[in-house]
Amino acid sequence: MSLKIVGTGKGIPARSVTNQELSDFLDTSDEWIVSRTGIKSRNICSHETLSDLSAAAARQALEKSHLLANEIDLIICSTIEGDFRTPSLACCLSHDLGTMCPAFDVNAGCTGFIYALEVASSFLAAKKANNILIVCAEMMSTHMDWTDRNTCVLFGDGAAACVVTNGNALKYLDLSVTANPAVLNIPSGTGNNPFVSKPRENGFVNMRGQDVFKFAVGAVETGLKQALHALNVSTEQIDLFLLHQANKRIVDSIRTKLQQPEEKFPINIERYGNLSSASIPLLLFELLEENKIKSGDTLFMSAFGAGLTTGNCVMVWE
Amino acid sequence: MLDKITQIVNDYTSNQELDITEQTTFADLALDSLDTVELLMKIEEEFSVRIEMSEDIKSVGDLIKIIESAQ
Repeated sequence: MSLKIVGTGKGIPARSVTNQELSDFLDTSDEWIVSRTGIKSRNICSHETLSDLSAAAARQALEKSHLLANEIDLIICSTIEGDFRTPSLACCLSHDLGTMCPAFDVNAGCTGFIYALEVASSFLAAKKANNILIVCAEMMSTHMDWTDRNTCVLFGDGAAACVVTNGNALKYLDLSVTANPAVLNIPSGTGNNPFVSKPRENGFVNMRGQDVFKFAVGAVETGLKQALHALNVSTEQIDLFLLHQANKRIVDSIRTKLQQPEEKFPINIERYGNLSSASIPLLLFELLEENKIKSGDTLFMSAFGAGLTTGNCVMVWE
Repeated sequence: MLDKITQIVNDYTSNQELDITEQTTFADLALDSLDTVELLMKIEEEFSVRIEMSEDIKSVGDLIKIIESAQ
């Protein structure tokens, strides 16, 4: 089991929405949102499709990988819902890129990137693929109740991609589920089926924020302990902690518990909000662009999301 | 137990001057919902109990009752 990331990319909608704009139609304020979440703005799709964002991220990742689209032999998209229920977002992306390789989606909520890495790792280990394109793309704006100030201020839209191939960067990966669908969910509707006894509309994000916060802090702490134990390394030997950007307060709480310096916990949630599964690969993209990751750095990536899913991995950057 | 909780709250808020009684609410302490979760997590560690998040936990007295029933 191992792989390395050879190129990354991003696809972000053009429209940036500030907290001030939200306070024009919601009973909220910039101070309230920033103090409780760390978010100052987020990008929201006004005309872009998820396929557009995915294609932009994928093309940039391919360019940085010095690979052509036809050299990719597997596409994995992580999304809670693409532009269509079916076909998958990965198939739509394949259409845009003109590839013929297998393509499918994974849905593990905000943990989707780590799940996709595990799938990619398995395909590489089985010698079923050599160059794999992972694209995490989410359009959370379509799943939010824009009259609910507690949830709609939290999320944004965006995509991030990476190309993975055989390598030795990935040292550890662990996935788990602590099943509790009630804590965080988006209900599906029942359509116009005349036989349904209790018709249900497509719903919006339901989230018990305190439960998610508590779960997230505990999940990252436990996941880190397990990873450190498995690799026989210390917390101090981790150079960067790339945590799912759900809420700055979650990141701060974990960092305080671990007694680690702020610079080891990069954040970008202030500009993007919670991008679900796209948050960690976008953070990775930005850190690489800023030359903040160098060869030999040890990265701990940890995500948590609806399910409740968790995923943790350790990479020594190549 | 009140003394111990007072100490945990004082440490969390970095304010040693708070006059805490069983009637003190988290709102009185100017703690928002996420502060309250962090505080409850520290109390879970200190008392070795598991506390389910609930909107009914509003005061120090509510917390003491939950800890006592969990112990």
